Amino acid sequence: MQEIQSLMGGFAVAMTWFNLALMFAGVTLGVLIGVLPGLGGANGVAILLPLTFSMSQQPGGTTSAIILLSCIYWGALFGGAITSILFNIPGEPWSVATTFDGYPLAQKGRAGAALTAAFTSSFVGALVAVILITFISPIIARFALKFGPPEFFSVYLLTFSAFVGMAKGTPFKTIAAMMSGFALAAVGIDTVTGQLRLTFDIIELLKGFDFLIAVIGLFGIGEILLTIEEGLEFKGAQAKLNMKVVLETWKELPKYWKTSIRSSAVGCLMGIVPGGATPASFMAYGLAKKVSKDGEHFGTGKVEGVVAPETAAHAAGTAALLPMLTLGVPGSPTAAVLLGGLLIWGLQPGPLLFVEKADFVWGLIASMYLGNIVGLIVVLTCVPLFASILRIPFAIIAPVILVICAIGAYTVHGSMFDVWLMVGFGILGYVFKKLDYPMAPLVLALVLGDRAEDSFRQSMLGSQGSLSAFFANPLVGTITGAALLLLFWPLISKLVSIARGRSAA
Amino acid sequence: MDEKKPVTSMRVAELVMAGLFLAFGALVMWDSRRLGSDWAEDGPQAGYFPFYIGLLIVVSAGAIIFRALNLGEKGRAAFVEWGQLRMILTVTIPTVIYVALIANPWFSLGIYVASAIFIAFFMWHLGKYGWARIAPVSVGVMVFFFFMFEVWFKVPLPKGPLEAAFGFS
Repeated sequence: MQEIQSLMGGFAVAMTWFNLALMFAGVTLGVLIGVLPGLGGANGVAILLPLTFSMSQQPGGTTSAIILLSCIYWGALFGGAITSILFNIPGEPWSVATTFDGYPLAQKGRAGAALTAAFTSSFVGALVAVILITFISPIIARFALKFGPPEFFSVYLLTFSAFVGMAKGTPFKTIAAMMSGFALAAVGIDTVTGQLRLTFDIIELLKGFDFLIAVIGLFGIGEILLTIEEGLEFKGAQAKLNMKVVLETWKELPKYWKTSIRSSAVGCLMGIVPGGATPASFMAYGLAKKVSKDGEHFGTGKVEGVVAPETAAHAAGTAALLPMLTLGVPGSPTAAVLLGGLLIWGLQPGPLLFVEKADFVWGLIASMYLGNIVGLIVVLTCVPLFASILRIPFAIIAPVILVICAIGAYTVHGSMFDVWLMVGFGILGYVFKKLDYPMAPLVLALVLGDRAEDSFRQSMLGSQGSLSAFFANPLVGTITGAALLLLFWPLISKLVSIARGRSAA
Repeated sequence: MDEKKPVTSMRVAELVMAGLFLAFGALVMWDSRRLGSDWAEDGPQAGYFPFYIGLLIVVSAGAIIFRALNLGEKGRAAFVEWGQLRMILTVTIPTVIYVALIANPWFSLGIYVASAIFIAFFMWHLGKYGWARIAPVSVGVMVFFFFMFEVWFKVPLPKGPLEAAFGFS
């Protein structure tokens, strides 16, 4: 049980007073970010990333920095449930399913029960996913040490194919958004030949597009524009959460252990696949509705209907860090921002991280356990405080958030051009949302573009320009095959349904 | 002006956006051709990868245009109503002016003063607050940010004449 030993070492790293204080600060900030419109996990972490530059340069500082940022992420995951239940506004896409039963419960005056159930099942989901990360990630990392460029490219291909295969609407919008991300990633100096690509003699474009700017603009400004379009009123249920309600709900929760296990499994599986948290929460809700005894009462305010999506979403959100840590392939925009943080602090994410920076990795994993416990404590005790923030009028909160976004965009490189870019990405984000273009593929392509291209070029060099490199051995062939299957899944499922329709007729 | 009247339909919006993608994809392909998008003796040229990226953008934009032309009833729905557009412009235009005020070649205010003005404008214009509420909130928030960035975290932000008067630059 080498993992247990490493984990104990990780706890020793994470359990300093400074780091514990950072966890509380991070989770509180994260919940705040999750509650506020226009600030979510991804752009919240992106805005706060520059503040960790000086922190990461001290000895052991990178661990403290990642603890702060990952705790903001946990906090944002918890925070999404508060707005869903009290205000019927999903703070994050994966909290949409939580509104189905959470808001009716709040209207019936059982907001406390809904919140307790949501927080507790979030915690359970995250815990299952962290245990998975603890035991699976060293194995995957060891396995991935043997990966060459073709294997890495096939993993990237799998990541991006998953977006296309699981797209809700037309796959072409996903492809257009994703490829635009790749194109934007190519802007600037080509790392191999040193040639200038897509710069058109504009000096500001020489250094290329930073995905942090895109994240702040797309998710931040775009969200504010959408909120303002829908009107400015927040009408919310009262939030009262006392120990009695918490304990009563905890007595009720063990009844739903089957739902918890099922939703955790769905969440972990879907979380490893990119963009998985949102479908995971819907799948878990749908499954619970189908299997549960009073499934037909779902949607009218059932505690079980809150447990299922929250467990799955939190499990998926946590499991999204598994491919980020072991392969350097983030599963969600927020994981991508965390990955960007690692790169800025001078760490190379991927399998070698487990070998070279073992104390960092295990410190992070240990902090996932502690951070979620801290998170549960913070949200259970501070709900009224966070709910009161939503009662601050929009005319005050909106400009302050816009100012925070502008400051965040400026601090990434200390450049005003980036602030203008952020405004541009904000308008793009608004149009994307209105026309159902997905934003996550664009962000991930912008992050991974250069590395995907490098691994593609290196594989092509190795095989003298033949695409057979991606089927050269069983390992890379399987991953590529799976990627192609996912990529053409919309087409395949359509053909299957046509064939079925024929045979039925 | 009727607030509920649509500015444009979904179909037009879809077509405009897909048209922009089409142009962007073509631009990427054109620039990749310029760099060389073939196979050189020492491996793929600089434009090899982006060329196919551009091609994929063009192809999917074409598919989206085809879909948009066949949207039927759904295509006639409003993309944005006049009332909504007015709300969006009351945010976007001040934001653009705000960013311009932070730093420009003629008269830069710096981020702190520009932000305070921006918050004050929002509270006055959208929230209809009196100056007794506006002044403490807008100035207070920015003083807090000033200490957070310049003093505690030592992250320098753009500053203007006011900060210079206090000896910060």
